[in-house]
Amino acid sequence: MHRKVYYVLIVCMGCILYAVYACNRSPSNQTTAEEIPDTVSYNFNIRPILSDKCFKCHGPDANKRQAGLRLDIPESAYSALKDKPNAHALVPGSVKLSEVYQRISTDDSTTMMPPPGSNLKRLNPFELDMIKKWIKQGAKYEKHWAFVPPKLYPVPDVKDKAWPKNPIDNFILRKQEQKGMKPNPEADKERLLKRVSFDLNGLSPDLAMMDKFLADKSPNAYEKVVDELMARSAYGEKMALHWLDIARYADSHGYQDDNYRTQWPWRDWVIHAYNENLPYNDFITWQLAGDLMPEHTKEQLLATGFNRNHKITEEGGVIDEEYRINYVTDRTNTFGKALLGVTLECAHCHDHKYDPFSQKEYYQVFAFFNSVKEAGLQATVGGPETYAKRPMMQISNEDVKSVLKFVNKQDTNKLIVSVMGDSQVYRKTYVLRRGSYDAHGDEVLPGTPKAILPFTNKYPQNRLGLAQWLFNTQNPLTARVYVNQIWQEFFGRGMVKTLGDFGMQGDLPANPELLDWLAVDFRDHGWNMKRLVKQIVMSATYRQSAVISPEKLKTDPENILLARGPRCRLPAEFIRDEVLASSGLLSRTIGGPSVNPYQPPGLWENATSGRGLLASYKQVHGANLYRRGMYTLIKRTVPPVEMAIFDASNRDQCEVQRLRTNTPLQALLMMNDPTVLEAARVLAARVLQEKSSSGDKIYKAFRLIICRKPTDKEMAILSSYYADQLKTINSQSANKLLSVGEYPIPADLDKITLAAMMKVVDTIYNLEEAITKT
Amino acid sequence: MEKNILEHGLSINRRRFLSRLSLGIGSIALGSLLIPDLFSGGKGDSDADFIPGIPNFAPKAKRVIYLFQDGAPSQLESFDYKPKLREMMGQELPPSVRGSQILTGMTAKQTSFPLVGSFYDFKQYGQSGAWVSDLFPHIGKIADDICIVRSMYTEAINHDPALTFFQTGAQQGNRPSMGSWVSYGLGSENKNLPAFTVLLSKGKGNGQGVYSKLWSNGFLDSIHQGVQFSSGEDPVLYLNDPDGLDRRERRKMLDKVAELNELSGKEFNDPEITAKVQQYEMAYRMQTAVPEIMDISKEPDDIIKLYGPDCLIPGTYAANCLLARKLSENGVRFVQLYHQGWDQHSNLPMEMAGQAKDVDQASAALVTDLKQRGLLDETLVIWGGEFGRTNYSQGKLLKDNYGRDHHPRCFSIWMAGGGIKPGMVYGQSDEFGYNLIRNPVHVHDFHATVLNQLGIDHTKLTFKSLGRRYRLTDVAGNVVRDILS
Repeated sequence: MHRKVYYVLIVCMGCILYAVYACNRSPSNQTTAEEIPDTVSYNFNIRPILSDKCFKCHGPDANKRQAGLRLDIPESAYSALKDKPNAHALVPGSVKLSEVYQRISTDDSTTMMPPPGSNLKRLNPFELDMIKKWIKQGAKYEKHWAFVPPKLYPVPDVKDKAWPKNPIDNFILRKQEQKGMKPNPEADKERLLKRVSFDLNGLSPDLAMMDKFLADKSPNAYEKVVDELMARSAYGEKMALHWLDIARYADSHGYQDDNYRTQWPWRDWVIHAYNENLPYNDFITWQLAGDLMPEHTKEQLLATGFNRNHKITEEGGVIDEEYRINYVTDRTNTFGKALLGVTLECAHCHDHKYDPFSQKEYYQVFAFFNSVKEAGLQATVGGPETYAKRPMMQISNEDVKSVLKFVNKQDTNKLIVSVMGDSQVYRKTYVLRRGSYDAHGDEVLPGTPKAILPFTNKYPQNRLGLAQWLFNTQNPLTARVYVNQIWQEFFGRGMVKTLGDFGMQGDLPANPELLDWLAVDFRDHGWNMKRLVKQIVMSATYRQSAVISPEKLKTDPENILLARGPRCRLPAEFIRDEVLASSGLLSRTIGGPSVNPYQPPGLWENATSGRGLLASYKQVHGANLYRRGMYTLIKRTVPPVEMAIFDASNRDQCEVQRLRTNTPLQALLMMNDPTVLEAARVLAARVLQEKSSSGDKIYKAFRLIICRKPTDKEMAILSSYYADQLKTINSQSANKLLSVGEYPIPADLDKITLAAMMKVVDTIYNLEEAITKT
Repeated sequence: MEKNILEHGLSINRRRFLSRLSLGIGSIALGSLLIPDLFSGGKGDSDADFIPGIPNFAPKAKRVIYLFQDGAPSQLESFDYKPKLREMMGQELPPSVRGSQILTGMTAKQTSFPLVGSFYDFKQYGQSGAWVSDLFPHIGKIADDICIVRSMYTEAINHDPALTFFQTGAQQGNRPSMGSWVSYGLGSENKNLPAFTVLLSKGKGNGQGVYSKLWSNGFLDSIHQGVQFSSGEDPVLYLNDPDGLDRRERRKMLDKVAELNELSGKEFNDPEITAKVQQYEMAYRMQTAVPEIMDISKEPDDIIKLYGPDCLIPGTYAANCLLARKLSENGVRFVQLYHQGWDQHSNLPMEMAGQAKDVDQASAALVTDLKQRGLLDETLVIWGGEFGRTNYSQGKLLKDNYGRDHHPRCFSIWMAGGGIKPGMVYGQSDEFGYNLIRNPVHVHDFHATVLNQLGIDHTKLTFKSLGRRYRLTDVAGNVVRDILS
């Protein structure tokens, strides 16, 4: 009975809350009830409305265009209507004569826009007023903000001159001051250290580092820690992770049989490149066109593995050309999403519906990736010779001693990696009608979307030319897109929230001036990635406490204005790393072939064609059980379950943004995953072996996991739980509890004591704060 | 006694949770807090379009059970009777029939395409007089309860894209699965179970893989992802507490976790902390609810007899059918079964007999069982594979042995319950069983129809991702009104 009442209550409250939530949701970056600005901007106020409500039928897609009217370009919008020659869609200055306004504001269902059958919501009063004012002010169009090269805005003045630590803060504070908000104070040292340690190394700080930082009263104590973290090789691992998502890196070929591939040397290179602080322009140029660079090195060739990370079929009986086209399509889409931050892929079958990319231009970009010496189906499932596909390179034992030292090759077997290489004969590229591999349209030459930046004759007509185009100072997207990706790594949200869509349907930047300033600054300082990262973590913005005051929760629930520090659940891989590192189990080996740690039985076996090396799961033992999460083998069709449950990418396609969810399966995983339970047991044994009081032991375990000292209240709860468990657990249940995991149990410990402490440590692992960047 | 303790702990936590919630009203909260029952789905997706009025109209079906026959069973040995092929046994497929059909790499180089009739005889069943092969006598007996669609077609001719197409509405990956769409649109009917569950079984025939991307949530919130229930010790991954930890101790530990989480909740005021507490409670409830569902020991003998002895062996198709009924009966919106082993490129007569034996009785039993419980009206049952098979032999044609290659242009599926006309045979292929001559049903049409039965207009169930509003039916799909009752 009671239970029912509660459920009803919960559901009702949910509805109320949801209603509140729905009302407060806004299409753009509105944080408070906004007023219509004095000067209405086409880019920031009008285009989002038109793009969402009108462009589907009155936009760039010629095939879907209704009544011959385009509202995305002034020439069409100002001219006489085709089906009503005495009227005009827009008449600058006159709301009355502007047919657009009449149609969007009418109640007459025969003429209203968007039309009732379109599934598009009507414009709300705020949107109507905005359009009205824009027309009155002359209905002026502007080029889409993201397609105009970024400019170096002057660093703005702020009222609170004491707060900013670097120019980032001026831009951030300026916006807050305009909205009457104040930043949070700096986070306490422990939480700040945890945050920056996860953000730079993907690992929690160890006790020595915590103690050193807490004791260091010098004014540059924080900077010293930042420098130390950035100098560690874990920095490369941390930074590489988001790039592996973007590059859809995996250890299997994907598709039907999904057999093993040896692409991991490319992953080792990414870690190496970040640690060496390879400038971003080289980082990308090598990956796009290392094979085309004059007298390229083996390292540069290995970097091109980026464009061969896509799925490759081994299913007998496929039509070769269909799959070859799939691969080229994947590269083209990845290029668009990862490096240009646009949904180029939408122009695969037809002209882009919202952005000025024609289908022809899609295939012009496609042409750059279309001459690879490859087959759709090179071989069906087989032995080691199929672990890479032509074109490929071989990494010799000599290479790993000299030019490819960073490749963690652990045996003397032949090692092959799929890389790029064009055939001598240029392969003609055609527009593919409806995106269909066999429906050739007009032939096209390599090129890029004009709206971004024309591809002129000064560039070579190949991938090397494409890379040069990308890093031309007039390219409006390259620097902004990367800066935005990095921003998300630290703040949990991009300045442009839609990382893969800077186009007209994407979100507008929360702080356009800062985005541009950072982009130009990054470019003008030699595309120096470590410099960019340090700039971000040194800012006062980043260092703020993450406490959310009720006012800020109300006015800025998504933390768009950054008047508080970021507080987010850790990515899947780092949850694992945190558990292993705090217990002392973590192996620090970098790179090498991916490994199979504990996994619930049957997952691979139940979902396999039965062919290939990955048909059944072979768990590793010893130190390899405790490798970092990024080294867990990714079989594409059955990605590692502990990663999938925490929203890791399945590496099927390029992914620039992970979801961050909170589900009961995550709770079950933290409760019952042998990795967590074993870590609890090992850490319990570790503290029990020290000569200290039981309170000290719990205190230490808490610090290792949560990365701060527990409060008295927290200690009281955990200590009483420990006392309770000592009484509750008997030798039988102790033996069972301790039986998890392969790591040996020290013989000298009392089983019941160990099991009780294990329960306490396990409780700490299950705290929200344990897996959260605070 | 034990029960009292558990209830006590629970109610304390609920009270705490409720008090936190009531504090939240008037303020605006983030993400997951907003859905107190996270399995209820839909409304919590931060980028979701607001979907007004779903269901769009009165639903016929509340739930779906999809019996996917993975690998593509031959329509010519099951539900599409073609005596002409027996007459023309061994003769060449006329080029005029084949037309411009592209063949897979497996038979494209074949110099001869000898027609082959079914090794098995067909009979007519029930009032409807539907022709069903002797491999499926139990399904034959429920002919008057089902609607056989003999006019399915698809564009894909390889397993991976074809399967992905059926499951997600697109041949290339990364779109949400059908069950995820339904979970997103309708949410869950049961607060202790996920809205979308998946069950796998293996046949002895030539197999093709199934893989978790088929029940992926794509760009939807991961709460809509299919949760695999398996026959092993852990029916849901990580469900079982470790050895040596009983329910009372688990409760105690979760109370400590909640107490500590709430301390940091007070400090940070972050709604995600409250949501975390709530997720642990849900996990705890699932730990009780799921094993109860999985336990078939209380099923009476006549039910066991109905599904056949295999249903007592965990992990078999029959056991999964029985489980599907229990999950569905308990409010799981979408139960997706896969049975592997239907890819008969060779040894078809023998392999298909084995496959049919695996699924025939249990598939029919599921329909019968739902019917006798009065649940068939509100449950849509679907049976079918990802494409059809060729009317000519792949490899050498022998009198008692042959194979069939993939064929996208026509194949058969059947549906039952959920407002689908019973006792109907819909659509027709030509006498060669190669091309469709009446009432073709495309994969998109199939999806539109399934959603329609759930009360959803397939053009209105959308989700905006990367600037585009996606649908299960992409930009196509027509509801097949002829087969609706």
